[in-house]
Amino acid sequence: MTQSAPGRLRVATTSLAGCFGCHMSFLDIDERLFELAQHVVLDRTPLTDIKRCGPCDVGLVEGGVCNAENVHVLREFRRNCRVLVAVGACAINGGLPAQRNHLDLGTCLQEVYLTEPGLARGCMPDDPELPLPLDKVHPLHEVVKVDYFLPGCPPPAEAIWSFLADVVAGREPRVPRELIRYD
Amino acid sequence: MSGRESFLLDGTPVPFAPGETVMQAALAAGHYIPHLCYHRDFKPHGSCKVCTVRAGGQTVASCTLPAQPGLEVESATPELEDNRRTLVQMLFVEGNHFCPSCEKSGNCLLQAVAYELGVLSADLDHLFPSRPIDASHPDLLLDFNRCILCELCVRASAEVDGKGVFALSGRGIGKHLIVNAESGRLVDTAIAATDKAVDVCPVGVILRKRVGFAVPIGRRRFDVAPVSAQAKGDAPRPPREKERR
Repeated sequence: MTQSAPGRLRVATTSLAGCFGCHMSFLDIDERLFELAQHVVLDRTPLTDIKRCGPCDVGLVEGGVCNAENVHVLREFRRNCRVLVAVGACAINGGLPAQRNHLDLGTCLQEVYLTEPGLARGCMPDDPELPLPLDKVHPLHEVVKVDYFLPGCPPPAEAIWSFLADVVAGREPRVPRELIRYD
Repeated sequence: MSGRESFLLDGTPVPFAPGETVMQAALAAGHYIPHLCYHRDFKPHGSCKVCTVRAGGQTVASCTLPAQPGLEVESATPELEDNRRTLVQMLFVEGNHFCPSCEKSGNCLLQAVAYELGVLSADLDHLFPSRPIDASHPDLLLDFNRCILCELCVRASAEVDGKGVFALSGRGIGKHLIVNAESGRLVDTAIAATDKAVDVCPVGVILRKRVGFAVPIGRRRFDVAPVSAQAKGDAPRPPREKERR
């Protein structure tokens, strides 16, 4: 699916502060994946394991923005994707990870890594490769311009299919009202 | 319908009884006007502004606008729908509305109205306020994160239950729901799980404990049919039916 093919749309996907549930819902379009493969070439995505996003037609981003690496990846997607789509509750409003937003980050880290009862030898993770967490978890549209939103936790496979089918057919994507769900 | 006077809602004649508001008459005739703080059992309040329409050259809350013969009311215009969407989006970012973990999901009026208006994202910066919950009461949970300040619980507790358990305090963005007890906790009030104030909450603020998922997600009120298809359910009931309850 990764060979470039003229006339096919190039699509990238990623999960930031998400659980990959939206990607699972994407895979839930089942045998329509074969039809999609006729029209789409995958760029950076966990499905290809390509590490850098090249110029793309569509970027599907799952999850909110919770650390410095998320900001970096999201900006890479925005730079490269003609159409950027926030997929799922976390990308749209921060979702579950954002439930920490009313807590102090330092206190959170201390409790989890140092003072939590049952920790044999707590220590604060300080590997330089670990991305620094942000003070608050943000929805995508607070960091970059987002073109389309697919709500849901996860969005129904039908909603993802309907969106991609619209893009492939060159139509303005529109989520049918019966597929709008926030839960 | 014959002999009754009527007004025009988006060009369609809507009959009304003397004393009815535009909202009441519209709902009774099966026409939906998006609303949050209006409830058939209470005196219209006109505070959420979601039901705002244009009539007689003015924008006005349809829940408090008396129906008049020949009045021309515009409701489903792109401009008014846009304003409604923005109002709903502002409610979403002012509180913490995390539908996937809310046991009211599918029965929530805020969510249903947002679906109806085609809201896909709040599109504004979220405020992420810090609002601790009150789980002090043995039968009830209070989650202030989801309050939309409709004052239905305030009205129900004062007018129907005769207990005055709830009130709003503060102004503007600082306005919030409070509990009328010296401790500020629900356990120190006379509220009971059978109170109208509990029943009437349109969102997931006042919740009965231990029944949250008795009806599974997917089979709830607004899962079954969109709020616009249930307009008649929100219409004022005939007085006889009201007395029976």
